[in-house]
Amino acid sequence: MSDEKLVGIVLVSHSAEVAASVAELAKGLAGGGTAVPVAPAGGTEGGGLGTSAELIAAAAASVDRGAGVAVLTDLGSAVLTVKALLAEGDELPDRTRLVDAPFVEGAVAAVVTAATGADLAAVEAAAAEAYTYRKV
Amino acid sequence: MLDADFFRRWMTATAVSVDREAERLTALDSPIGDADHGSNLQRGFTAVAATLEKESPDTPGAVLTLAGRRLISTVGGASGPLYGTLLRRTGKALGEAGEVTEEQFAVALREGVDAVMTLGGAAPGDKTMIDALVPAVDALGAGFAAARAAAEEGALATTPLQARKGRASYLGERSIGHQDPGATSASLLVAALAEVAGE
Repeated sequence: MSDEKLVGIVLVSHSAEVAASVAELAKGLAGGGTAVPVAPAGGTEGGGLGTSAELIAAAAASVDRGAGVAVLTDLGSAVLTVKALLAEGDELPDRTRLVDAPFVEGAVAAVVTAATGADLAAVEAAAAEAYTYRKV
Repeated sequence: MLDADFFRRWMTATAVSVDREAERLTALDSPIGDADHGSNLQRGFTAVAATLEKESPDTPGAVLTLAGRRLISTVGGASGPLYGTLLRRTGKALGEAGEVTEEQFAVALREGVDAVMTLGGAAPGDKTMIDALVPAVDALGAGFAAARAAAEEGALATTPLQARKGRASYLGERSIGHQDPGATSASLLVAALAEVAGE
């Protein structure tokens, strides 16, 4: 298993605390010792609320194991910044995808699925499917 | 003909204008946004001016592409990727020519505005920067001064609109009666263009 290439997950939030906490939550629910590389990219570089292209690019590079990177975002500038970076072409690792998913539920689904060794398309599908889970 | 220096001066003039109007932009962003539009753009265009000074790219396309790249990485709010995409796409459309005509620039700027609409999903009438940019591009054929007037008119015309994109859209009808900060900053960008063209 150790040489199996796992999909990397990047969690982009306006808040550093939210991104880091959701990363912890998703890894915890995936079974603690999961080897899935998960990196938060929250807030601005100065520690404020917002989005940092630099933090996103660094996080994506740090979780890239060659199997692709799934990026989940909260809203507004987080979504737009990732889309703009993808449009740049060379800012994010090859096979990086913005995944259309609810942030918390999608992150859990993505990490759990990635932990099985699933490929990027399967991770993306699992995260997106989290939208269909109704609570009431 | 418009050369790299023209576009560098456009960016510098925008930085000066955004600096001067930062408080007003943030004040416009307070009732319907998160009160950071002025400071975000101030940080972004200050970085753009500094980068252009240091790297002095030598074609119009390279100036705008680099400026857009800096905005995406420094602004920290949605206006970063939006203005960044506007300038980058416009710059890419200008290619590697050392000088471009006003007509070529108008065509390129329209590609930039189209890319912003694709990225953000906004259309005219949604109370966004698009409401200043589209009229400006439409008027550019009549000159830079006409584009400035159209952008300013477009920004003013956002006041009675209800926001349909971005954070302001959460306010629904309560967004009516406030001039859109993004359309206002877009009009500053176009005004800076007319200023450096001497119109």
